Amino acid sequence: MSIRVAPRTRFDDAFSARDAGAPPGLIPYITAGFPHRDATAVLLRAAQDGGALAVETGIPFSDPLADGPTIQRAGWRALQNGMTLQLALEQVAAARAAGLEIPVAAMTYVNPVLAYGRDRFMRDAHAAGLDGLIVPDLPFDEADSVRDAAHGAGLAFIPLIAPTTPDERMRRIAASASGFVYCVSVTGVTGARSALPDEALALLDRVRAATPLPRALGFGLSRHEHVQALRGHAEAAVVGSALIDAVERAPQDAAGVVERFCESLIQGP
Amino acid sequence: MGQHAGRFGEYGGAYVPETLVPALAELEQGMDDAFADTAFNADLASWLRDYAGRPTPVTHARRLSQETGGAQILLKREDLLHTGAHKLNNVLGQVLLAVRLGKRRIIAETGAGQHGVATATACACFGLRCVVYMGSEDMRRQALNVYKMRLLGAEVVAVESGTATLKDATNEAIRDWVSHVRDTHYVIGSAVGPHPYPTLVRRLQRVIGDEARAQCLERLERLPHVVVACVGGGSNAIGMFAAFLDDAAVELVGVEAAGRGLDTGAHAAPLSRGRPGVLHGAHSYLMQDGAGQVLGTHSISAGLDYPGVGPEHSALRDSGRVRYVSATDEQALAAFHRLSQLEGIIPALESAHALHAAAELAASRDAEDVVLVCLSGRGDKDIDTVREHDPA
Repeated sequence: MSIRVAPRTRFDDAFSARDAGAPPGLIPYITAGFPHRDATAVLLRAAQDGGALAVETGIPFSDPLADGPTIQRAGWRALQNGMTLQLALEQVAAARAAGLEIPVAAMTYVNPVLAYGRDRFMRDAHAAGLDGLIVPDLPFDEADSVRDAAHGAGLAFIPLIAPTTPDERMRRIAASASGFVYCVSVTGVTGARSALPDEALALLDRVRAATPLPRALGFGLSRHEHVQALRGHAEAAVVGSALIDAVERAPQDAAGVVERFCESLIQGP
Repeated sequence: MGQHAGRFGEYGGAYVPETLVPALAELEQGMDDAFADTAFNADLASWLRDYAGRPTPVTHARRLSQETGGAQILLKREDLLHTGAHKLNNVLGQVLLAVRLGKRRIIAETGAGQHGVATATACACFGLRCVVYMGSEDMRRQALNVYKMRLLGAEVVAVESGTATLKDATNEAIRDWVSHVRDTHYVIGSAVGPHPYPTLVRRLQRVIGDEARAQCLERLERLPHVVVACVGGGSNAIGMFAAFLDDAAVELVGVEAAGRGLDTGAHAAPLSRGRPGVLHGAHSYLMQDGAGQVLGTHSISAGLDYPGVGPEHSALRDSGRVRYVSATDEQALAAFHRLSQLEGIIPALESAHALHAAAELAASRDAEDVVLVCLSGRGDKDIDTVREHDPA
């Protein structure tokens, strides 16, 4: 079990500032280095301008086994563009310097973090202005040392909970979490889906029974109606593939696309 | 699943999406229950005997030994197993286990196609739905095996992502499993992947080493001096070595694919030139760049063309119990021709890597010494590749 106390981060402030009855806040997912190597800082800012509660930046890995085709493709492009953990941190720092105030979580796989050096990564990530870390191939059982290092450096460690996660395990995961818990809406990989899966709301209600931490629902969400339907069930909604698809359709106006897409998810078309 | 479950020293573990964790726990429990059940073990033994053709013989490679001019070379003939390679040992066990766990849909990844063919074969036997993921580049190289899988009733899905080879096919199989975990069993093809797979696959492949050890004792009244096997993911090697690990006097040698040469970067030798990292659910030696991105690999043998290796091999490398060497494409091709011409056995290109190293080791030993090689598969699937390289 983790011996370190979870740090307070921008996530705690952002979630506690929400009205209890409000619809869930939006957390867009943006692949760092996509569609261009240097697009990251501008797109993070565009998410804030579009009204996002927080933003998640995906730092690409060659073998993203939790991701569907859209995010795989964006990650592959980003790697071709020369994206690395180090460059992504520099871009987050640049975004902070340019007025980015909302919380930022990095989503990446464990191997790049180990290659960078676990403790060094946590220090550099915190210094760059990151608030939290999401590692989809690092389940609870394997996460102790990485979570301790994240907490030690002042970063939230945000675990994933899936529809297949049993209640008892969910309680143990939630007890170790910080920032929020990332609830996976489907038994599946990332990728836009047309309807909110039935199992999603049931999962969110099970999570509420296990922890008072904020719940973000992700994987498959793509529309304003999906976000609206989560009112009272989740405090945030993560939208990734649908946003990446939109950016892919108009890469020359990526910032405009991100800002308008965020607005339309929050306010409706 | 406990903190240290499935660890081989610092290697192994289960680095998978949360969705799969309960399925891995179910598999581990199911595996333990099955192996403790005499009826299951008897059923598996009868499938291996009456369907697959076990035990496979050990053949003395008389002319090869003579020409090598050193130790006697013995071949453990996994090439004679049904479907032509050791892969079926693992597949029959896992499919029996899947049936026991009530899974009606089977998925697999394949590189050369041998594991895919073995899986399609077992699914045909048990009436299970079978989906095989294969890199589009490998489908081109191994068109015959693609056709065989389809003949056997399997669906073969082309994987275009990444480098379109075995590593990407494995990613896609894992993604399928994440999406269909409740009714699907993933038959992983080597001693790789998250816990409990490396342990499960070793247990099922260990029959190779157990038989070979008993056959040596019976025929020679002694153990071999050296045991050699090729290592891609490392399932035939770990199956062979497992029976000899406690025999301290027996030298164990694993042979990786050096491709165009270890110094060219165009190889598939993570134990020789990689660094520990995490791929496909396990911490193990891995071919990766400085930023932790997994590197493309090269080997003439599709079955060895993989950037990772089973975690137990990483531990055996570090402890020194097994020595890992490598053979180039060219050396494997030469060994392929030599065995064909001297013994009338056409080996798989994977196995030809082991044959090359075995001949080198034999050459420096006495004629009374014995080098046992795992001939993991037959070479029919490689005929086109070899023909392309034939100067004649």
